[in-house]
Amino acid sequence: MEVGKIKIKNMKNEDFKDNEYLEKYVEELRANGVNIVVAKLNDLINWGRSNSVWPLTFGTSCCAIEFMSLGAARYDFARFGWEVTRNSPRQADVIFCCGTIVHKMAPVLKRLYDQMAEPKYVMAFGACTISGGPFKKSYHTVMGIDKIIPVDIYIPGCPPRPDAMIYGMMQLARKIKIQEFFKLPKEPDIVEMNENQIIEEKGGENE
Amino acid sequence: MNNLDSIFSQLPFAEVVNKDNIVAVTVPKDKIYETLNLLKNNNFDYLRDIVGMDYTNSLGVIYNLSSTQKPEYLLLVKTSIEDRENPYFDSVIDLWDSAMLYEREVHDFFGITFKNNPDMRRLFLRQDWKGYPLRKDYDDNPNINPVPLENEDLDDMEQLPQIEVNQDKSFEEQHSVFQKEEYVVNFGPQHPATHGVLHLRVSLDGEIIKKIDPNFGYIHRGIEKMSECYTYPQILHLTDRLDYLSGAINRHAVCLAVEKGLELEVPQRAHHIRTIIDELTRVASHLLGWGCMCMDMGAITAFVYGMRDREKIMDIFEETCGGRLMANYSVIGGVMADIHPNFQKKVKEFIPYMRKMLKEHHILFTGNPIARGRMDGIGHLSREQAISIGATGPVGRASGWSNDTRKIQPYAAYDKVNFTEMLRKDGMTFDRYVIRLDEIEESLKIIEQLVDNIPEGDFTAKTKAVIKLPEGEYFQRVENARGEFCVYIDSRGDKYPYRVKFRSPSLTLVNVLKHITPGTKVADLIMLGGSLDYVIPCIDR
Ligand code: SF4
Repeated sequence: MEVGKIKIKNMKNEDFKDNEYLEKYVEELRANGVNIVVAKLNDLINWGRSNSVWPLTFGTSCCAIEFMSLGAARYDFARFGWEVTRNSPRQADVIFCCGTIVHKMAPVLKRLYDQMAEPKYVMAFGACTISGGPFKKSYHTVMGIDKIIPVDIYIPGCPPRPDAMIYGMMQLARKIKIQEFFKLPKEPDIVEMNENQIIEEKGGENE
Repeated sequence: MNNLDSIFSQLPFAEVVNKDNIVAVTVPKDKIYETLNLLKNNNFDYLRDIVGMDYTNSLGVIYNLSSTQKPEYLLLVKTSIEDRENPYFDSVIDLWDSAMLYEREVHDFFGITFKNNPDMRRLFLRQDWKGYPLRKDYDDNPNINPVPLENEDLDDMEQLPQIEVNQDKSFEEQHSVFQKEEYVVNFGPQHPATHGVLHLRVSLDGEIIKKIDPNFGYIHRGIEKMSECYTYPQILHLTDRLDYLSGAINRHAVCLAVEKGLELEVPQRAHHIRTIIDELTRVASHLLGWGCMCMDMGAITAFVYGMRDREKIMDIFEETCGGRLMANYSVIGGVMADIHPNFQKKVKEFIPYMRKMLKEHHILFTGNPIARGRMDGIGHLSREQAISIGATGPVGRASGWSNDTRKIQPYAAYDKVNFTEMLRKDGMTFDRYVIRLDEIEESLKIIEQLVDNIPEGDFTAKTKAVIKLPEGEYFQRVENARGEFCVYIDSRGDKYPYRVKFRSPSLTLVNVLKHITPGTKVADLIMLGGSLDYVIPCIDR
């Protein structure tokens, strides 16, 4: 049984750019082959999952306003089944990380991530969360949240337009679509990064 | 001011310099309390800000004062100390309520202690942070302060440090903000109703709030320090991101300050365009503030309506400025590009639309008995309190304090338009709610008067490629959607500033929370916060 094509209802496949990463992933899956029953079940579950992703409301600064625009009438992400924003990480599937993360906030973000149930995803929204953005020279900004937690989707911009956010959401939907649900980690996968690693990465960057 | 001379005659040690309505007074460090006390008793009752300074060989503070009766005068009281190991000044917390947070801020950034201030915790950074970042000799090696992996200990946050400076008066023995037997609830930093990452520690007696202790710094990005290694055009981009809901207005302030220093003649066209953009920003910000406050009371519809109307403004911005939320539009000398051909048409369409919608908003929510039931009769802030806390903007005006910078010291095209400064007397939550909607109407009036009369000509003046600000101090205040936003630039004649300080109107607004919440129900806390409409990144800078 082959793994199906990456297709979501909301947007045509041709409209996506830079698909290398997903294609590689599909190839990998195809090479291994899957049991037919499992594959069918996978498809069904993933269809449901990719159409009802519940984000955690996590906005620290400017980008959060664009996230609010996304939630309001004009951009309305309810169209894609993403509108059930949860205030508790225990009920959320994805963190939309909107806004700068600074030293004092970093442990909070990590704790929220650890509290989420698997399978969980992270979207880094805005230049700040990707690399520190405009605050690259600051003494108190974390230079990219991928130093603290793993990130699935990066959406550049300062702030990105809500449309860009929808594009990112679609990308995540595609990723969910092709995952093998039964092989996903069930236990929370707590990322342990020791202090030295972080220092090294940070120090390396400043040089 | 006439009586200024008479005041200063009582202070023989003061050196006074008077330059275009800005009076700078330098006093020795042990006379600072005496000076400020005298000034406070002589009508200088509004402490705008305390600016910490590092003069390389000494540390100093600048108290920025105004009188509410003659608000156009500005008084900078300066003092300094050479001891960098253990610097301290007298505290002024008994004169102004706002001083508490300002002094903590200076302590956090410069390591200056304020004698007799019992609460010398750090304001933004973690209590275990090493070094004082705004000092010129601060070492920003990331190995010294790595990204922490553990949350800060709550006990650490509450412990009041005992500071040994040869005290002559001993203050009351108090070691922690809350007593052991108090029931304390954490609210934030990750909470959908804190309007950002604010952390409130609330002490409760059943359902009643007894005391509240705000905890900042979860979005402290170090903008002031970063500004010291950026050129002026680069700094502009950071100001948009301070209070992102009034980004265009903040940026305007820095532009004006630098233009003043360069003695640059800004074309009238630019002034008009900037004013219109500022007012549109204010409308957008008030709409969002209104929507969020209503949402805090449970009315999601209002939020959606507010955002819908706001999108119209975002469209106008997008065409003319290129950005939606971050307009990035003003530059030193004018604006970045000329207005879009559709600009005037769209703005003129927007005004009647917004008027109609305002009526609808009033019908939908203002008169709603449930909403009134929530808002009426709580959250009283008196005029005296507002002045002492320094709560400017709509909050201060709802308490009857006339503090609109657009009237006091008109900048850009504000002297060419007619508008009323909205004032209310009662200072209740409902006043703070209504005043925002009223101000939208006033902003529309301003836009209406300007939009058809944008003068022809250049949209920007010519500037040099490298902008070097002549040596001196520059100060500019503007009225942003939350209150008085000020920028203070100390230049040493270089293309980088020596020190930049932004006065955040939101910081004082959180302080208001401390005064109006005790005695109310915990459920009202969120709504009271909504009525103040603070923006956290502006507080933390
Ligand atoms: S990316 Fe830009 S808009 Fe987003 S949080 Fe950072 S500074 Fe603000």
